[in-house]
Amino acid sequence: MIRPVLAAAAGLLFAGSAYAADVSLLNVSYDPTRELYADFNKAFAAAYQKETGKTVEIKQSHGGSGSQARAVIDGLQADVVTLALAYDIDAVAAKGLTDTGWQKRLPLNASPYTSTIVFLVRKGNPKGIKDWDDLTKKGVEVITPNPKTSGGARWNYLAAWGYAEKKFGSAEKAKQFVGELYKHVPVLDTGARGSTVTFVERGVGDVLLAWENEAFLAQREFGKDKFEIVAPPLSILAEPPVAIVDKVADKKGTRAVAEAYLKYWYTREGQEIAARNSYRPRDSEIAKEYEKSFAKVELFTIDDVFGGWTKAQKEHFAEGGIFDQIYKN
Amino acid sequence: MGLTLTWLSVIILIPLAGLFLKTFDLSLEQFWGIVTSRRTLNALKISFGLSFAAACVNLVMGTIVVWALVRYRFPGRRLFDAIVDIPFALPTAVAGVALTQLFAQKGWLGAPLAELGIKVAFTPIGIFIAMIFIGIPFVVRTVQPVLLDLDVEIEEAAASLGANRWHTVFRVILPSLIPALLTGFALAFARAVGEYGSVIFIAGNLPNVSEIAPLLIVIRLSEFRYADATAIAVVMLVASFLIIFAVNRLQRWAQTRLPAH
Amino acid sequence: MNQPQAFTYTPPRDDVHTEPGAIRFVIVALAVLFLLIFVVLPLVVVFASAFSKGVMAYVAALGEPEALSAIRLTLLVAAISVSLNLVSGVIAAWAIAKFDFAGKTFLITLIDLPFSVSPVISGLVFVLLFGAQGFFGPWLQAHDIRILFALPGIALATIFVTFPFVARALIPLMQEQGTQEEEAAISLGASGLQTFFRVTLPNIKWGLLYGVLLCNARAMGEFGAVSVVSGHIRGETNTMPLLVEILYNEYQFVASFAIASLLAMLALITLVAKTVLERRLDEGQVVSDD
Repeated sequence: MIRPVLAAAAGLLFAGSAYAADVSLLNVSYDPTRELYADFNKAFAAAYQKETGKTVEIKQSHGGSGSQARAVIDGLQADVVTLALAYDIDAVAAKGLTDTGWQKRLPLNASPYTSTIVFLVRKGNPKGIKDWDDLTKKGVEVITPNPKTSGGARWNYLAAWGYAEKKFGSAEKAKQFVGELYKHVPVLDTGARGSTVTFVERGVGDVLLAWENEAFLAQREFGKDKFEIVAPPLSILAEPPVAIVDKVADKKGTRAVAEAYLKYWYTREGQEIAARNSYRPRDSEIAKEYEKSFAKVELFTIDDVFGGWTKAQKEHFAEGGIFDQIYKN
Repeated sequence: MGLTLTWLSVIILIPLAGLFLKTFDLSLEQFWGIVTSRRTLNALKISFGLSFAAACVNLVMGTIVVWALVRYRFPGRRLFDAIVDIPFALPTAVAGVALTQLFAQKGWLGAPLAELGIKVAFTPIGIFIAMIFIGIPFVVRTVQPVLLDLDVEIEEAAASLGANRWHTVFRVILPSLIPALLTGFALAFARAVGEYGSVIFIAGNLPNVSEIAPLLIVIRLSEFRYADATAIAVVMLVASFLIIFAVNRLQRWAQTRLPAH
Repeated sequence: MNQPQAFTYTPPRDDVHTEPGAIRFVIVALAVLFLLIFVVLPLVVVFASAFSKGVMAYVAALGEPEALSAIRLTLLVAAISVSLNLVSGVIAAWAIAKFDFAGKTFLITLIDLPFSVSPVISGLVFVLLFGAQGFFGPWLQAHDIRILFALPGIALATIFVTFPFVARALIPLMQEQGTQEEEAAISLGASGLQTFFRVTLPNIKWGLLYGVLLCNARAMGEFGAVSVVSGHIRGETNTMPLLVEILYNEYQFVASFAIASLLAMLALITLVAKTVLERRLDEGQVVSDD
């Protein structure tokens, strides 16, 4: 009686993976891009099949940007990495897995889509949060992940720093401001998504520092009647980069597909997918089309204010760096 | 015999040796520097301190539970006896999301506690709760068989010698349970120190406040700082080895002390 | 003959064996309350959340290809690690129970170690061994053998974590039974293997099952160690506990708790089976063959 049922269940379970594509890519990405790449992969597979007649299957892996880079360094066979920040791909390149000049191989710093850091607040904005300095007001609880493990959190931190340096005029004051800001943080999740869940689902905190796309997604998932997005007048231009992992792609013979995959980002269709998923597109036409979807924010780049990722990483997030000092006091 | 040792080495010794070898990349000062850095010390303090506290709670509550299960008859006793093992059989990730859901500010228990001004989830109390959860079966299951085996005649003898019940329990019964109690305590403690899955969901993960040592290892790994990760791992490994070694010595000692077995 | 008065049996006074009713009540209440809050409620939350959007949503969540692939992988990993640990556990228990040698406590401690060591460390050791930067990494890469971020790595980490269970369940049993029966069998001309299958195995079968059961429960539920070595490739290297976390982070709470409820169900089944087995074990101690 039970046996045929079990056999049927087992058959169902183990027969599932019969379908196989001609080529298969592994894209190792960071946390909030799950929905983006679900969309993009489908579109690319269709376009690729139309053009070459071959089917392509793209496998995804998501996690904190740093952990993902670590996995690739330890041997996770990623054909492409699409991480939260250039520093993490630099770490992959430093181990000889890809060319150290990777960021020059694709247009626009190899960042086909961008984003910025905004505030997600509860309905009606009860604490009246409008700008960065409202975050350090008495009684405001700020949710942001741990910059040591989360790429998004590093953008959050740098955005706050950039604001403070501009407003108060010195690095010393900026350090004070950012230090004060982290005193308002009750939970440091390890990833951006973890923070969103903490804020949205568990009701902790008054404001979430989030990727713009992440804030929009939360609003879509949980309803506009629950959360509002507040865009500060000044924020950072976050450029999540993409790159081929040379060593892996060459070994697997997937370089051509991988290149086509990343280049697809720079097409109209690719840019549109980015915009639809609330990432700011690079293409000016698409940007114009979606102009209304994004708030007008004055954006500074990491090169402007911090002199690039390597320097920012060393000064702020390395062992004994400014972030560590903040948590020492 | 030789086969056992070979197999043990393949599965356990080689991986662990790898861990120790990796720390030799570090000089002694470096190793010491990592282990005694404020962040590491705090993480270790949180892991060991809260585990100790949780194991103490489990020692007391576990004894009460065992006593009720073994000595009294009450409706649902068999059921409660069986569910003691749930924390052991339930995957830690599931326990983590469930406890977080339960104790978050909107949760069934979190909401009333928040009314009282007690925040559990994302504070050290949350870690403490998760550690109590995973440690429950250990005290109960190590003490239960000993209490079951305990001769009632001893109690009668004590009573006939004029001891009142209070004296019998605390002077006669409890002392003979001590090896088992200590073993259960140590196991619960060791398990809580290393626990990861159920704790990270409910801990606030704030450095120096609610960051447990296993999480710090994971964080160090994602910062590409393998040496740091292994140094902390070695400290924890040695600690768990010592605890378990002590437990096993304790049990052998208990066996020789009670030759009747 | 007059029986001396001192030897006549006097029924025990009630207060000799137990405590006053009020204290009894308090102790039982405390025990029950503690178990309800710390054990039953979390379990209830899992099922309540899984079914919060109705049965259809629950079923749909489990029918997702990613869920199916996670279930498949989990079953496969559990099958591999349980069968390997079954063999090694029996051998290890045999050696420890039937022989006396120096450093026995040390050996037992080694066997126990995976049980108390942090799962994160268990994962880490395999990264250090087989990772591209690890001891065997370059060699493995040169020969195109994938261990980490693939089935072998996940299985290895699981084997490591679940190693103690079978051995631990058997050691006390085998110690108690001693070696006489085996010695008798051998002196009657049985070979070593015959002795094992005809004499030893029947004696330990319930204990063995018990160990396998616990080993299986832990193998299917392992999170920390597997999380470090999995690589999180969707539909490929995500086990059920990992999928619980992933879905949770994707706002798919019902789906997440649905997978969690499957695992919880597994835990419950394990417990029922364990209770039954324990009864068998108790009987087995009274009547040595059954």
